[in-house]
Amino acid sequence: MSVLLWVIVPYLCLATFVVGHFWRYRYDKFGWTTRSSQLYEDRLLRLGSPLFHFGMLGVVGGHVIGLLIPESWTDALGISTETYHLVAIVGGLIAGVMALVGLVILVYRRRTVGPVFSATTTMDKVMYAFLAAAIALGMWNTIAGSILSVGGHYDYREGVSVWYRSFLAFNPQPDLMADAPLGFQLHALVAFGLFALWPFTRLVHVFSAPVGYLTRPYIVYRSRDEALGTHRDRRGWERVE
Amino acid sequence: MKVMAQMAMVMNLDKCIGCHTCSVTCKQAWTNRAGTEYVWFNNVETRPGQGYPRRYEDQETWQGGWTLNRRGRLKLRAGGRFKKLVTIFSNPKLPSIDDYYEPWTYDYATLTDAPAQEHTPVARPKSLISGKNMKITWSANWDDDLGGSKETFERDPILQKESLKAVASKVKRSFDDTFMFYLPRICEHCLNPSCAASCPSGAIYKRSEDGIVLVDQDRCRGWRMCVSGCPYKKVYFNHRTGKAEKCTFCFPRIEVGLPTVCSETCVGRLRYIGLALYDADRVLEAASVEDEHQLYDAQRSVLLDPNDPEVVRAAERDGVPFDWVQAAQRSPIHALINEFKVALPLHPEYRTMPMVWYIPPLSPVVDVVKETGEDAEDAGNLFGAIDALRIPVEYLAELFTAGDVAPVDGVLKKLAAMRSYMRDINMGREPNAAIPEAVGMSEEQMYDMYRLLALAKYDERYVIPPAHAEQAHSLEELATECALDYDGGPGMVGSGPFGEGSGASVPIAVENFTMLQNRQTADTMAGPDDKASRVNLLKWDGKGTPAGLFPPRDDTPDPAESASPEGGER
Repeated sequence: MSVLLWVIVPYLCLATFVVGHFWRYRYDKFGWTTRSSQLYEDRLLRLGSPLFHFGMLGVVGGHVIGLLIPESWTDALGISTETYHLVAIVGGLIAGVMALVGLVILVYRRRTVGPVFSATTTMDKVMYAFLAAAIALGMWNTIAGSILSVGGHYDYREGVSVWYRSFLAFNPQPDLMADAPLGFQLHALVAFGLFALWPFTRLVHVFSAPVGYLTRPYIVYRSRDEALGTHRDRRGWERVE
Repeated sequence: MKVMAQMAMVMNLDKCIGCHTCSVTCKQAWTNRAGTEYVWFNNVETRPGQGYPRRYEDQETWQGGWTLNRRGRLKLRAGGRFKKLVTIFSNPKLPSIDDYYEPWTYDYATLTDAPAQEHTPVARPKSLISGKNMKITWSANWDDDLGGSKETFERDPILQKESLKAVASKVKRSFDDTFMFYLPRICEHCLNPSCAASCPSGAIYKRSEDGIVLVDQDRCRGWRMCVSGCPYKKVYFNHRTGKAEKCTFCFPRIEVGLPTVCSETCVGRLRYIGLALYDADRVLEAASVEDEHQLYDAQRSVLLDPNDPEVVRAAERDGVPFDWVQAAQRSPIHALINEFKVALPLHPEYRTMPMVWYIPPLSPVVDVVKETGEDAEDAGNLFGAIDALRIPVEYLAELFTAGDVAPVDGVLKKLAAMRSYMRDINMGREPNAAIPEAVGMSEEQMYDMYRLLALAKYDERYVIPPAHAEQAHSLEELATECALDYDGGPGMVGSGPFGEGSGASVPIAVENFTMLQNRQTADTMAGPDDKASRVNLLKWDGKGTPAGLFPPRDDTPDPAESASPEGGER
């Protein structure tokens, strides 16, 4: 059972994530967009969207630090476990609350504003369910697990994180996850579900974060020759440069 | 000097009768799709009026276009790159659908489906955004012909300008006999496009061959910064596909030498299309001129004289084909902007260097003179009226020269001079050489200008060099290659790994052709009942006769009984 849950399912989800994105980019560049609904409604979005997105940036950053950086590294830097957890909990709480409040506003908006609701696809709804569940479970783990210590103390940096790194190194240690509290297990499973859905939802827009804008020239010139119409030169008939 | 070619347009506003044919044909050709119901790549506004979208010219609110920073350098008015990225999750300056209008259709079915009743059934307006019944309160042309604008025209951003305070109150007092004219607008295809500069994804580009500004639909990610970045509000957000769309200058037509749809169908024949050669190295400098009143001259000076041998040599060096240089020499655009100097740019103060220019209308002046009973074709009367009638002249100056009255005065006087000089000729009287001289033109020049403005035939109004012949057979509009021969199409040997239906997008020409054919030949509305059971010929591999390839015939037995399995006879 633990092999199924913590080896097979995660790798299937990861494979779907990777192959799915490749497929989507190759065959549906036209569908690759944020699908913004700002044109329909502005007031709630102006509040909810930045809250959610900046919150999520914090959440993702926190996960990168918590999951990918081994405890030994922070120890080597002389950061004590207490300091680490204090920073992690405070930062995580702020980011998590921002994301959660933002999400609540956005879901409320999506449900109550007619045009926005009618522009919502089934895939959006499924995605929202997974996203909300992942965030809620994550908040639960932070509050109940780390602050209130419901069900005893658990240091994810010695369990979940190690498993995650072993998973990424293709040398998975499922037992570590099997021993983790239920909240962490559920959070991980829902998150992997979300990863599997990812390439087929509007979430793909995450990978188009336009950082290149900071360095490119303002005006882009492109030659018509790149693709005359949508025809490509036939093999053997390429133009001479 | 770096010579580049730019496809440009000039519209002669005196001839615009506000019939909206350009808007309608453009919409038929480009934006009659779901998600673009509210989108008008071409629209015609009545001025004074708020325009479309409402008050788009109020850059205090919308922050479109460029401005100068404290050091005198050009910057996007809405903020630089970093600010754009920080505000990317919710564009603070995006017009809402209410600033355009809520598009609607009518519930026509009720007219035929309603049960017998005492009162005639009514087709109620239904919102195309929410699908609900709605009350129509605005549209793209709500204040057409100043209709209802007693209530709204005061919100015209031009009349609200500080410099026009006096004019605005006069217009208000004498509203019934105020001036009025029409302003058709398409994308300006600017030399310094702020939409392209605002696009975080780099999806908006300027074609280096002809300067047409296009949105790469495969690269657009729907960040919406172009919509707020364009001061003319001519980039629209398709709310179904989540992508930005804009006027394409009908590039498939231009590439084969045809004018745009709006020009082709213009009833007043007021549009001129041609090439302009410009110095790409001087664009930034000209857009950064500090004094707004100098911008018109600065922009004019960036356009090069195609008859100057030095320019011709430089054009050859920079890869502009020779027949394009020749086309630039015959270009009506060059003649109107730099020879006769009667065309003016729309809002040069946005510093985007627009490439759709306008000949301001003389008709408001002529109308006033006519009403006084004086001779409205006498040069002296008209010159006097242009000097006296500050209302239209100052208003036009705010539109075309950032408020500088002198160039507008000059243009109107040239038009007035042409009117009265030509009258003498048409009446068989001795032409008066003093009239052209009064506006600094020779008699020949005056006649040439008259020819171009009044008589010019199709091939003089539209001087469009086609893309090169050696490329022509793969252009969109010609499509002389096999229509199925696109990348991944069934005509290609081999196709995408996900079967014959997979692969890159279908060429526009093929897509339009099949869509139009379906629509024209179907008896039902879109999506006929038997659609699912018919064979998609684009996916058919050419072997055998799958069920549904031909409609069933009564005299032939069921194909399943007679025909052998696919290709069995070979």
